[in-house]
Amino acid sequence: MHALLEVRSLEVRVEDKPILSGLNLTVNAGEVHAIMGPNGSGKSTLAQVLAGRESFVVTGGEVRYQGRDLLAMAPEERAREGIFLAFQYPVEIPGVSNVYLLKSALNSVRKHQGLAELDAVEFLALVRQKMKLMQMPDDLLYRAVNEGFSGGEKKRNEILQMAMLEPKLAILDETDSGLDIDALQVVANGINALRRADRAMILVTHYQRLLDYVVPDHVHVLAHGRIVKSGGKELALELEQRGYAWIETEAGGGTAPARGAVTQ
Amino acid sequence: MNDAQSHPARDRILADYAQVAPLLPGARTPWVIRTRGMALDQFAQAGFPSTRDEEWKYTSVAAIEKRSFTAMRKRADYRGFETEIATHLFADLASHRLVFVDGCHAPALSTVGRLPFGVTVGTLGDALERTPEALEPYLTQARHQTIFGSLNTAFVSDGAYVHLERGAALEEPIHVLFVATTPNAAIHPRNLIVAQAGAQVTVIEHYVGRDGAEYFTNAVTQIFTANGATVEHCKLQQEAPQGFHIGAIHATQSRDSRFVSHSMAFGAALARNDITTTFDAVGCTTALNGLYLVGGRQHVDHHTRIDHCQPNGTSREYYRGVLDGRSRGVFNGKVIVHPGAQHTDAQQLNHNLLLSEGSEIDTKPQLEIYADDVKCTHGATIGQLDDAQIFYLRSRGVEEATARALLTYAFAQDVIDRIPVAPVRARLAQLLLSRLPQGHRIRELA
Repeated sequence: MHALLEVRSLEVRVEDKPILSGLNLTVNAGEVHAIMGPNGSGKSTLAQVLAGRESFVVTGGEVRYQGRDLLAMAPEERAREGIFLAFQYPVEIPGVSNVYLLKSALNSVRKHQGLAELDAVEFLALVRQKMKLMQMPDDLLYRAVNEGFSGGEKKRNEILQMAMLEPKLAILDETDSGLDIDALQVVANGINALRRADRAMILVTHYQRLLDYVVPDHVHVLAHGRIVKSGGKELALELEQRGYAWIETEAGGGTAPARGAVTQ
Repeated sequence: MNDAQSHPARDRILADYAQVAPLLPGARTPWVIRTRGMALDQFAQAGFPSTRDEEWKYTSVAAIEKRSFTAMRKRADYRGFETEIATHLFADLASHRLVFVDGCHAPALSTVGRLPFGVTVGTLGDALERTPEALEPYLTQARHQTIFGSLNTAFVSDGAYVHLERGAALEEPIHVLFVATTPNAAIHPRNLIVAQAGAQVTVIEHYVGRDGAEYFTNAVTQIFTANGATVEHCKLQQEAPQGFHIGAIHATQSRDSRFVSHSMAFGAALARNDITTTFDAVGCTTALNGLYLVGGRQHVDHHTRIDHCQPNGTSREYYRGVLDGRSRGVFNGKVIVHPGAQHTDAQQLNHNLLLSEGSEIDTKPQLEIYADDVKCTHGATIGQLDDAQIFYLRSRGVEEATARALLTYAFAQDVIDRIPVAPVRARLAQLLLSRLPQGHRIRELA
């Protein structure tokens, strides 16, 4: 039996600058992993690489997803195979309505899985139900994707898409950033509602705040392009109290080839 | 200049004129003969423009000059064209339709429904024969006319004539369809739209051509909006792939009038549009919108000019271009704020999407401002599809080619959405999708 996701010795560069240098991570179905770390430690890079962003160059290591070579798959293929990235900065797409994107995304995933495409009535019923969960007004459905959405609306919209697509592996990149406490609760409730025994989540976050609401099974600290410490949910609390410096010092000791990559 | 040996194209056109002149409408009306004659002289003097001419720097008309296009005579009857034009008609815009085949009015294909009091929808050919005096003040006006405009004046055979008395309004748009069917035809349509004080009208000027035919359309449309009048004009240029299209639209605006132009350029091997409007009184408003969508080796050029001659005028210009293959686009947007035209508010935007390495666009905003209390802005962009947007769509399961088509569609649709006539919007959206790879996949968007 394979792990759902197996990252081994992953090395990634951006414009010749090493960002990830030998990252290892194993995620099993049903688990929620939090990846924490200081700014610039490579958290978002990891999230984007897993989703297939081509501007990052993988120079070493491998990633297996359900036993398959993930890095050989196109971004759309990963999405259809059940990987979902909730973007830190959801992209605005003028001229393409939210409802259109949701529908074509859902139907392309369903088609790939051998399921029948939903007709307009079934689709609307489903999307309305999910929007209620995310406390989103109906009109957001007919507006252009993320265009003119507030920060909170954009983040809710990401979780709405996730709720519609029902991924096997959800990667949430700084989904808590820029949210006030009410919006954070709505988003967290949405995420919790999607926790299932056959679904794994990776929460990428700088702060422990989100983890008060979405309690992880595992917490990892990313520094110098590697995971330098792993633990249970209590590690997040410790980081909240003590900051990241002690871990970086602890992990330093010349083992990290990419120290220059740690920037604010 | 008049050396016969060195200007074979010009001489051929003059000889053609001598042949056709007695058959042209208004041939017994002195001012018409005079106006045609003067225009022909202008052309004889100047000849075809060359790329040394600043206004034609990026658009060579040598291909038109080289071919021997000949003016068309009226046909005896227009039976048999019904099927050919069927795909170009709008089922929901059937009330008022004027069809011209190779530049000549085809009564059997045209229909004009019940018109409100004070509204005339007819042909210029008829009007030149029956009531030439009503046309004289308009047809003798040559402001901003190019040398092709002069050629049009000399040869003009027919076109739409729309006249609205004070306060008259025509709710249903008028569909004016020009069909080119004959190889080597030179077609010189002239449309005249006159809206008296407070009148309102929408006209759709539509050019199509028979696939495979090489021909030359040289069209001029004159629009006059009196005090408080509104004219909405939509030009759909879908000429045949081998067609040449030179077109001009000249509007003249009086106090508080509104002129809106939509120029949709999809067809022809070579297309040039000169669109001008002049604010002759205070409080005028104009919006010039445009979309050019070209590929292969197509060449499309828009030259626009807005003259703010009087205070409190507002102009909005919004052009977008999508260029693929080895196509070439030109956009030149001139805005002139004349001395004393205070409180002018002018905005101009031109955004271009280059889908291929071989495509090219020359875009040039040209603002000349001679008043000090004005608000004028302009912006031009040239770019490719946005990588972040493509990745976002792909991360949601949308295939890359479909994502690209979707973003291109959305980019162009932004201009189409501004057209107030739903059937035209729908037709253009379909046309757009048919031109995009993977377009069928996003059809439900339209």
